[in-house]
Formats: sequence, C-alpha cells, structure tokens
Amino acid sequence: MRFFGIDCEFARLDAPLPIFRARVDAVQWQDLARSVVEIHGQLVSLWGADHRAAGGGFEVSAAYRCADGLLWAYLALDTVQPRYPDIAHLFPAANRMQRAARDLVGFVADGSGDDRPWLRHDAWPEDYFPLRNENTGQERFDPAAADYAFVRVEGDGVHEIPVGPVHAGIIEPGHFRFSVVGEKVLRLEQRLGYKHKGIERRFVGMTVDEGARLAGRVSGDSTVAYAWAYAMAVESLSAAQVPERACWLRALLLERERIANHLGDLGALGNDAAFGMALAQFSRLREDWLRVNAKCFGHRLLMDQIRPGGVVSDPPRDARQMLREQTAVMISAVSELQSIFDEHAGLQDRLVTTGRITPDLARKLGLTGLAARASGGVADLRADFGWAPYGHIRFKPCSQQNGDVAARVNIRFAELFESLRLSDALLDELPHGPIHAPTVAPANTKGAGWVEGWRGEVLVALETDAVGAISRCHCHDPSWQNWPVLEHAVIGNIVADFPLINKSFNLSYAGQDL
Amino acid sequence: MTFSGLVSQLLEIVLALAFAPLLTGWVNQWRAWLQNRSAPGLLQPYRLLHKLFNKDSVVAETASPIFRIAPYIVFACMALVCGIAPTLSTDLPLAPAADAIALVGLFALARVFISLAAMDIGTSFGTLGARREMLVGFLAEPALLMVLFSASLITQSTSLANIVESLAHAPFAIYPSLAVAGVAFTFVSLAENARIPVDNPATHLELTMIHEALILEYSGRHLALIEWAASLKLFAYSCIGLALFFPWGIANADTPLVMILAVPVLVAKLAVGGMLLALIETINAKMRLFRVPEFLATAFLLAVIALLVHVLLGA
Repeated sequence: MRFFGIDCEFARLDAPLPIFRARVDAVQWQDLARSVVEIHGQLVSLWGADHRAAGGGFEVSAAYRCADGLLWAYLALDTVQPRYPDIAHLFPAANRMQRAARDLVGFVADGSGDDRPWLRHDAWPEDYFPLRNENTGQERFDPAAADYAFVRVEGDGVHEIPVGPVHAGIIEPGHFRFSVVGEKVLRLEQRLGYKHKGIERRFVGMTVDEGARLAGRVSGDSTVAYAWAYAMAVESLSAAQVPERACWLRALLLERERIANHLGDLGALGNDAAFGMALAQFSRLREDWLRVNAKCFGHRLLMDQIRPGGVVSDPPRDARQMLREQTAVMISAVSELQSIFDEHAGLQDRLVTTGRITPDLARKLGLTGLAARASGGVADLRADFGWAPYGHIRFKPCSQQNGDVAARVNIRFAELFESLRLSDALLDELPHGPIHAPTVAPANTKGAGWVEGWRGEVLVALETDAVGAISRCHCHDPSWQNWPVLEHAVIGNIVADFPLINKSFNLSYAGQDL
Repeated sequence: MTFSGLVSQLLEIVLALAFAPLLTGWVNQWRAWLQNRSAPGLLQPYRLLHKLFNKDSVVAETASPIFRIAPYIVFACMALVCGIAPTLSTDLPLAPAADAIALVGLFALARVFISLAAMDIGTSFGTLGARREMLVGFLAEPALLMVLFSASLITQSTSLANIVESLAHAPFAIYPSLAVAGVAFTFVSLAENARIPVDNPATHLELTMIHEALILEYSGRHLALIEWAASLKLFAYSCIGLALFFPWGIANADTPLVMILAVPVLVAKLAVGGMLLALIETINAKMRLFRVPEFLATAFLLAVIALLVHVLLGA
C-alpha cells in the first residue's frame, strides 16, 4: 500500500488494527513527516534499534497515526555516524523522543538544536549507549555530576521554584522547574528520567513468553494495556488467531483497568481541591472494585492476565453474577458522586478554566488519549479501528470541548459510565470456546501492538532475532506526548493550581522513563 | 487581684495548654466521620506531640537564631492569648495587661516570626509560604480588629474581660450588629487557623500549602511547639468566638463558685463548635488562592457593616 504519493510500499502487519510498515530513505522520512502534518495526523513514537549483531545495521523508526491506521517507517542509518533528519520542528512531541534515542542508541537528529540528554542522568557517560549490541547494560560507571541546562526566564521579579524529584507526598519522582512572578507561572520545565530502569535493554534476549511479564510491568497502572499491546505484537509476528472468547475477556480486563484508574483519579482530583469527601468515597469504590478483580481474576491490578495467544484464566462460574452486580452498584454510586461534583460551586470554581488546553493547541502539540478527548479530540482506537471485540459492541467515544481540568473530570465520568456499560455488554455477549491458542515467535520478524489504554494509546513494537528471542522491544507510553503539553497547560495559572492540573492529566513517570 | 482571680487565671492557662490538642483531635475525628472514614483516636494529637518531643531537632546549616527562637515565641504568644481570652471567668488578673488590640498584636507577632523563620532557611517553599501567610494576614487582621471593635462599641471597652462580662450579664437581647460580626469572625477564624476553604491542614502537596509550607523545615521539639501552638490558636479563637457571641455560662468576678459550672459549659460549647468546624471543612472545597483576598474582604466588609449597624441602630 502507498500513502501520500510517497514512493515506498507499506506492508500491513498481521495485527487486528491497521498497522503498516515500510522502509524509507532520508528524503521519504521527511516527506512522510510533512505529509502526516498536512493531514493532521500525529506522531505516536520514535525509537532506534541496533541490528548489527544480526547482520543488519542501525535503524531509526517513527510511528504515525493517520486515518488509515498506524504508519511505521524505518530508516537505515550509517553505522559510523548515525544521523537522521530532525522531525521535532514538525512534531513538538518528537523532541524528547529524539533526545532519548540519542541517549540510548546514540542516533543524532540533524538540526534539532536541542542536544541536552533526556533519559541519561549522569549514570553513564555521553559516549556509552546501553541499547547498542556491544554493550550489556550491566556496565558500571562512576556518577559524574553535570549541570542540566534549564531554560532561564529573565525579568523583573521573576524567580524559580524547583520542585522534586523528592516530593512531600508519596508520588513518583520528577523534577519541575517553575519560573514565576508572584503566584503566576510564566514557564514550567520538566526533567524526567529518574525512574529509568533499562527495561528496553532487559527485553533483549528474552523469549517472547518471558517478555509478556516484563511488558506488564512497564507502568503498573496500565498493566493490562501493555500486556495486550505486547501480546498483539507477538501475535502479529506469527499471524496467530486469538480465540474470540480471549478477545472479549481482554477487553473486559482493559475496561476494568480503565474504571479502576478513573475512580482513583476522580477521588484524587477532589482531594487536590481539599474536598476530602470525594477522596474517601472514590477510594472506597476503587477498593471494592480491586477486590472483585482479585476474586474473579486472581490479581487486584489484573497483572499477568493476558499472555500471547490469549488470556491466562477464565473467571470462575459465579464471577459473571458478581461482576454484573458490581457494575450496577457502581453506576448508582458514581452517578450520585457526579451530581455532587457538578453541583458543588466551590469545587467547580477550582476546576473550570484551570489548566486549559484549547483544541487548536492540543492538535498542534499532539496531545493524545483521554486528555485529547477533553480538548475537543475524538480519536479513540476503540472507535476508530474497532478491533475485536470493540467493533461488535457499539462503543461510543466520549468528547469534551473545554480542555480545562473540569473537562478532564467530565470526560472521566463519561468514560467511566461507558466502560461500565461496555463491561456489562462484554459479559452479555461473551462467546464460548477456548481462551488460548498456542503461538510461536518466528525468527527475524517484526510486529506491533497498539491498544487504547486508559491514559491513551500504548504501542509496543517487537523484533525477534535469529532464534526467535526478542532482539528489540520498544514500549511507548502516551505520557511521552502529553508531558510536554502539561508544560503549556500550566502557563498563566497560579502555582497553587499546579497539583490539580497535573493530577487531571495524571501522566506516567515509569512509562516514559522506562 | 483576688485569690479567686488568680485561681481562675491559672486554671485557664493550664486548661488551654492541656486541652487545646484535644480540640484539634476532636475536629479531626469529626472530619473523618463526616467523610465516612474511620477516625484516628481522640488523643492522636498528644501522641504526635509526644513523638515529636522525643525526636531530635534537625536544623538547617543556613539557619540563623531566628529560626531557632521562632517556635518558642510563637508558642509563648499563643499561651498568652489563651491567658487573656476570658474562657471560664472574666475575673482575670492578666486581662488589664492586654486588650483586644493587643490580642490582634499578639497574633501578628507570632505571624511575623514564623514567616521570618520560614524565609530564614532560604528554601523556595518557605518563602512561598511566608508570602501567602502575609497575604492572608494583612487582610485577616483588620477584619478581626473591626469585629472586636463592634463588640467594644456595644460595651464601651476594649478590654476583652469587660466586653464579655457586659455581654454575658446584659439582659438577653438580640444584637444585629453582633450577629453580622459573628459571621465575619467565623470567616477570619477559618483563614487564621489555616482551615478549609482557605488552607488545608491535612495537605502535603507542597505547592498548595500555606501553613504547612511555613513549617516544612521544622522537626523534633521545634515542630512539636509549633503544632501545639497551632492547637492553642484554634482553641483561643474558638474561646474568643464563644465568649463574644455565646457568652452565657462564663463566671464573673463576684461568683467564683460558678467557675465550677463554667468548665462543663465551655466543654459542651467547644464540642459543638468543633463539630461545626468539621462540617464546614467537609462540605467546602479549598478556594483558589486569588479568591482568598475576596473572602477576607467580605469578612472585613461584614465587620464594617456590624459597626454601622451598631451606630445606626444602637444595637
């Protein structure tokens, strides 16, 4: 298949969503990026791979979302001086991905103008690249203290407030540098990467079955989304047919994960406005929800439930009744809380107009997932590409226009109700049959999985080596695109509102630090 | 100075020091109950104080003596405030030493020192907290003064003991000016005691806090004194509010025996007051920081209206 009149043939992968892959040259690399911008497509991910051990070379890959699906273009690079044309001037979200690719594999984006490290925190030297074949990732280096060049804001009365990476509460580490005048935020700059654990390096050499457990641990709150995306990638390698019942159960797990996270976020958002009653109520509901998860699926957060080829277990016989009763209770409890949220003037005053991202800005910056749908976006993989079982159960995507914290609260309520409805519908129409089909990973193949997690689209790109073990597995979290947008959402707001704005996005540190 | 006066004065200070944390524990308990949570024990604040007094104090290298003495000054100010506020009896030997204006001054003194101490360390959060504390303070203090003045106008005295004595023993009448001033006083108390909707005493989100940001660098016995002082402040504000607006049951100079009755009356009034505070904190969310000036301006305006009502209606 050809796209945008570019002279290269895209081959469709054997995935349930339309994912196309093609090799491009440097000119086509740029043409493709420009064409995607023209049709208002988005950059999903950018990463590098080293195939020299398998007789190949360096390859940089970019994945774009457009109306036809996911376009995965890869460009072979020189092995001595691996350089590729910069695309950050077209997609602002590419900036950090390009810097990460430089830190991990040493590929340089020509003309990006930003050569600061992103994931490398002085734990390894500038000329060492953990994802290159000759390195094991086990090397030890003396930490060298280097200064990170934050952008300085100059002016009368401007001062900086550094926050983190160690915070007063128990949250993940990240550094936030605010430049403020009084209470007003002029600029926020993030410094992430404190949770870099070398997950992508750890994948190398694992069998695809072992990799499933690791993929489920990239970001704990999205374990189902990652496990499904990974399983989809493995299945696309071998064109494995996943039994229908397994697909339905996977969707049930994904929706239950979404509901648990939305419940937690809504409570935390209320708490950030010092509305403690919301936290207490939503925490109680979430806890009930997780306990039923443990009873029906054996794990509170649903870890290790999905494996390549299907799912691990069928819920016990009485589970269906229990799940259905719980959704009914949940619908009435959440409706009640929603009306409290809606009618609480003090709370609404905190939420409305706070941290606004206009639909126009959201499009320009490449906002994705839940946050994009709160800013007028409609993209939702479940609706757009309707893979099994979403194509069968009339999924209705939700959208809000205002793009403020209130909109992100409302979209969570809307998605909560839709997911509760979906989980009932999935149970109603649960097909009979096996829940697992054996899969084998063929040698030297490439596959990808793409799933709408609760935060946004999760992408897993998988490549196998000569014996069918993993040679490269790239896990992409939607937080990559959304973190930079948070910097814009805070501008012009007051410092004291930052926790609320941050929580309304609730982005993953672990998922982007890898 | 009479013997009974000395007894009541001592009793007042001892009661305040001993039972102020109990009021904090009571409010926290009701907050938890109203949110459907299981509550911490009533004695939790005492356990906290005990723990903190037994811990070492860590002081930053850059700290000047101001940082070290601030907790003692703040604590002393609050203890003195509890001494001059007529909670049990109006026959207080310390009362002539400080009137309503001095009371506001004592609160201001404590505020200045805790803010100086917060800036002394040089961290961005301390400065942030100090700035916000001053924003709250410069609006809350005039409002508090106006509230006390409208009570003074009714009784023709700025001495708290005299005000309360005349109010408590005046023939029962409804003063519209006092009703309006009572609302203003409630607003000011919420702001001054770092309660919702102005500040959140339970928060640990470093960017939103006011009072917690000021004391972020304190630990050990310093922190214990500040926590204790915060309890005393809440206790003092509650007692002043009760004495001004619900003065019944307070003993006066001539009836020392009523003192014995005054203690259970005070406890009952504080218990109800604590419940109401917890209720206010449960049904409200925290307002945006730039709404705080509006909130306190409203309090000031209400206090001025109370004065005008008194001047115009004479009641």
